[in-house]
Amino acid sequence: MKQGNIKINSISKSFDGVEVLKNISFEIKDGEFFSILGGSGCGKTTLLRMIAGFIEADGGAIYLGKDDITCLSPDKRDVNTIFQTYALFPHLTIYENIAFPLRLKKLNNIEIDREVKKYLEMVKLSEHANKYSSQLSGGQKQRVAIARALINKPKVLLLDEPLSALDAKLRQHMLIELDNIHEEVGITFVFVTHDQQEALSVSDRIAVMKDGEVLQIGTPSEIYESPANAYVANFIGETNFIEGKVVDIEGKFGYLESSNYGRIKFELDKEVVVGNFVKLTIRPEKVKISKSKPRYLDDNDNILNGKIEEMIYSGFQSKFFVTVGNNVGDKLFSAFKQHVDFFEEDAESIHWKDEVYVIWDSADSFLLEVM
Amino acid sequence: MKNQRSGLVYSAPITLWLTLLFVAPTLIVIVYSFLKKGIYGGVEWIFSVDGYNFFSSSYFLKVVWNTVEISVIATVITVLIAIPTALYIATSKYKNFLLFLIIVPFWTNFLIRIYSWIALLGNNGLLNNLLMKLGLEPHQFIYNKFAVILVSVYAYLPYAILPLYSAIEKFDFAIIDAARDLGASKMKAYTKTFLPNIKPGVVTATLFTFIPALGSYAIPKLVGGNDSQMLGNIIARELTITRNWPKAAAISTILTIITVIFIVVLSKYDKDHKGGKV
Repeated sequence: MKQGNIKINSISKSFDGVEVLKNISFEIKDGEFFSILGGSGCGKTTLLRMIAGFIEADGGAIYLGKDDITCLSPDKRDVNTIFQTYALFPHLTIYENIAFPLRLKKLNNIEIDREVKKYLEMVKLSEHANKYSSQLSGGQKQRVAIARALINKPKVLLLDEPLSALDAKLRQHMLIELDNIHEEVGITFVFVTHDQQEALSVSDRIAVMKDGEVLQIGTPSEIYESPANAYVANFIGETNFIEGKVVDIEGKFGYLESSNYGRIKFELDKEVVVGNFVKLTIRPEKVKISKSKPRYLDDNDNILNGKIEEMIYSGFQSKFFVTVGNNVGDKLFSAFKQHVDFFEEDAESIHWKDEVYVIWDSADSFLLEVM
Repeated sequence: MKNQRSGLVYSAPITLWLTLLFVAPTLIVIVYSFLKKGIYGGVEWIFSVDGYNFFSSSYFLKVVWNTVEISVIATVITVLIAIPTALYIATSKYKNFLLFLIIVPFWTNFLIRIYSWIALLGNNGLLNNLLMKLGLEPHQFIYNKFAVILVSVYAYLPYAILPLYSAIEKFDFAIIDAARDLGASKMKAYTKTFLPNIKPGVVTATLFTFIPALGSYAIPKLVGGNDSQMLGNIIARELTITRNWPKAAAISTILTIITVIFIVVLSKYDKDHKGGKV
């Protein structure tokens, strides 16, 4: 039986004295669609190339299933990679590109033909079999790379920013296709990306990395709704931060006094005591804005006054940036409004420089850090 | 129609250039090879195939063999050295400096560079002095096939490295990673993906080495011996000493034919393996 679980055990790596991976440990489950998410230079690609066998670890071990693969060369590992540039063989036809791993294994031609045709079928490229990679579009090249990597039946497929060379629309399409292929073959996918949207939409779990460290591992909704710290909250989507001193605690809720926003009610996601300095995050899409004071205000709602400073219309939603507090030019508060009907007011009726109310349910904020 | 005419205008200068400097001289050589030898050198304008009577001479056939043998061996060695060298330069941090080093020998006259080999390998040369200082028997390094091949490799190496370098520089090394990833050993990855993709560079390097090697004159003349005379030397002898111009022209024609055959075969090989239209 296939064992496509990966165990990363205190891996560290330095290049020219710069630590790019700092004692990283985590596990990837068999069959999981696991994303490693982070900005450039966070070490995500180094880690992926280390799993593939192209980079040696300075310390620590990597296990595939029960086997220690730390010192195996790339050709001896039961993992295959989709490269960022696809790295198709330009001197071979699409058919021969996909047949390449099987030819190395010296399978007979009938077997090779059967397998290659099956995988060409899977990535819908049967009629392009005799073309060369220079004659294909970006999406097609990508699919050749997928077929070529899967024909070896690896336990794990590594994907190194595979969608970065495609345009936005195609990227969306390939993402769905990757998800379908993952379901079809059922092996572990390790997907490295800097695009939080990509990671959120397809992953079973995500590891967020920064400066060679893993900041948080969790499901997309855990990472989005309960970020481990301000960096994760800010990296995964846009967010508002509120800092202040805890002044009162009442059952499940606490109150903080913020210099910018005044008294704010929040849910106690973490242990705090009166006097602590804390940092809250509120996702803009959970914030309502309204020109008139809402008729039904809950006891748990926070309400602030502000002025629309900037509006960005982007089709399916509008982004509003509101100056809140007494000082003009103070921190902007952002609120995103989807253009659907469940809001009290149409987004179109709110204009630049309008005085508005900013409202959110105190349960929708998340207590990030106790400082 | 209009396009065709403007194309002609654009190609006229280069056509004229090639005709004057390459086609015409070659034709003159071929025509001379079918003329009768003049008594005091030169030619008489009478048709004759006497220039080609050397085919019966075993000495001539031996020189043809020498020429091909030396050229092939020198070319193979040159290209085999040039590929790893060009690979090293293309992937080095100091590639500009290393390329500069490759070009430095061109600043010195070709003949002087050959003479410096005589100073190194000669019977009273540096190497033999060193051997004798170490108490070893001196060795005859020079005036043989070995010396001709060695100096040829030295002389043509830059011409092989430069086209290989430009081919390797364009190569995407992620392709090697991909091959390794898909199960190829390091050796296999290079032979199955690297070499096929730099083939235009290999073909050019081979041509740039083999063609001048075939026409070698100075190298076998200066460091060769009786066993390593090449066609270039015979042509020179027929032209200047024996003063048999039709014969010199006929040998030149044969040399041209060998070269053309070689180019045709190599470029056909290059085309056969090239993938689709690029």
